[in-house]
Amino acid sequence: MRRGLAALVVAAVVVLATISAAPAQAAGTGDKLTVVASFSILRDWVANVGGDRVAVSVLVGPGADAHVYAPPPRDAKIVGAAGLIVVNGFGFEGWMDRLVQASATRAPVIVASAGIVPMPPSYPALGAKASRPHLEQAGETPALPREGRGDRFGNAAAGIDPHAWQSVRNAEVYVSNIRDGLMRADPQGRATYEANAAAYIQELARLDADIRRAVATIPPARRKAITTHDAFGYFAADYGIAFVAAQGVSTETEASARDVARIIRAIREQNIPALFFENAVDPRLVKRIAAETGARIGGTLFSDALTASPGPAATYLDMMRHNIREIVDALR
Amino acid sequence: MFIYDILVSPFAEFAFMRRALVGVCGLALGAAPVGVLLTLRRMSLMGDAMAHAILPGAAVGYLVSGLSLFAMTTGGLIAGFVVALTAGALARATELKEDASLAALFLVSLALGVVIVSARGNSVDLLHFLFGNVLALDNETLVLIGAVATVSLLTVALIWRPLVLESVDAGFLRSVSRSGGPAHISFLALVALNLVGGFQALGTLLAVGIMILPAVISRFWSRDLTVMTVSAAVTGIASGYCGLLMSYHAGLPAGSAIILFAGVVYCASVLFGPCGGLLRGLVSRRHLEA
Repeated sequence: MRRGLAALVVAAVVVLATISAAPAQAAGTGDKLTVVASFSILRDWVANVGGDRVAVSVLVGPGADAHVYAPPPRDAKIVGAAGLIVVNGFGFEGWMDRLVQASATRAPVIVASAGIVPMPPSYPALGAKASRPHLEQAGETPALPREGRGDRFGNAAAGIDPHAWQSVRNAEVYVSNIRDGLMRADPQGRATYEANAAAYIQELARLDADIRRAVATIPPARRKAITTHDAFGYFAADYGIAFVAAQGVSTETEASARDVARIIRAIREQNIPALFFENAVDPRLVKRIAAETGARIGGTLFSDALTASPGPAATYLDMMRHNIREIVDALR
Repeated sequence: MFIYDILVSPFAEFAFMRRALVGVCGLALGAAPVGVLLTLRRMSLMGDAMAHAILPGAAVGYLVSGLSLFAMTTGGLIAGFVVALTAGALARATELKEDASLAALFLVSLALGVVIVSARGNSVDLLHFLFGNVLALDNETLVLIGAVATVSLLTVALIWRPLVLESVDAGFLRSVSRSGGPAHISFLALVALNLVGGFQALGTLLAVGIMILPAVISRFWSRDLTVMTVSAAVTGIASGYCGLLMSYHAGLPAGSAIILFAGVVYCASVLFGPCGGLLRGLVSRRHLEA
């Protein structure tokens, strides 16, 4: 009995030692740099900028909803073993702060949205000209919206729309921040990261031009649509397509009759041509609104998560191209 | 004109409001006698148990044909039937009371459902998908609600006498007739049908709430079973109408607004109800003292 106990203690010590040794090993320069991204879009960018020099894993995988994510213990282990952690900030990963503390990791945390000026969560009134979020120089500290609010990852909770990646201009900031973070964590890879990021930013510029060309084919009076989720505020501000949300910023609130009536009235009065599903929301409400107004139901727009690898939105570039194709199809 | 704007125009202007009202009325009509009999049999919490018991069926439906509402509802209905009928049969065959066997079975069923969902390794919230919204009723859902209400009213009419007798004095019924068992079992099937149909159409809170709350309320106003049933149906419909108006004017979530309104009526009934209400109790006690 006592021998069994001793064996158990030894086993526990060995396991603990392995776990605590893991981060040091992972952060070592000879091996690949282990990067943990909080959700699938960041993972895509880290993989693109890091190339062969990094091994990237993701906490909220393709198709999952980061708003309501509950990290399993496995995640603390992954974060604990990471050499670098990349998060979105703006309160998108409300669970991240505690996870990082629980894992006791010493890895640096990159807030990839640093330097982007956040927008308030509600959409501009229909027809109103939206002000474009202007970009500040990407700094080392996360840009907190107001002083004294939010935690150390820029989690400002209420009052901020976290979906800043829906603007391709913002995506350039994200990629630059990720590049800088990788260069700090792994200075030997500097040349690789700079080259990869530059190439990817060129891709982004091409994407931006393509989206603008596509939007130009839609008659200006028809550049408006309804979505089930407040995720396209930055997209709307950049490309001049007005979105009205059928529900609030998070997917867990239930719409009231007043909200539904307001949307139906808006569609009727402004002749809004189309509605879009979001990939995590019950579609019945959207169908009802469409039936009541005669608006067209567009295809699925992806906002918060990429799809699994063979899918319509397996990468950020694919996702944005898929979305603009669906939007043009429905509105033209 | 002002009153028209507040009370009528939301329903005149929007089809979804009319559909919501029709749906709530159908549910209230069908569920009223079932709810009254449930409270009579001390099974008021069965609705919440059923909401969890249907998970394995919904999960199997999901595994077989993905996120299909029809498959998941059918699966949920089967799971609900199995749990309700087994609980009823066990209560008749063993010494265990019905609520105890139901509690045991729904826990097992819920655990089984979680295991099946996890086997797929997907974090889709099945029940969230399965549970409907009163503001999003389409034609099929309205037909479903109407069918459930019709079947349930007809069946209740058929088994009313043995059921009431058994709820009040099971021993007496057993001595004069053998209709107790079949009536009991078909009643449980009816409860499952009403609840699962209600979940799919309106969500758990509303489906359970509009079955139980009006029944509990009616208990404070009458001791006559027929009067209770009729007043439960009327209370349910009135709660639906007022709750929808509250949701429209004050921006509350529709299902919760309906149940909250019924809750206000419940509080008033607890205070002022002539049959066992608090004030009534005070008055009669004073009467006795005098």
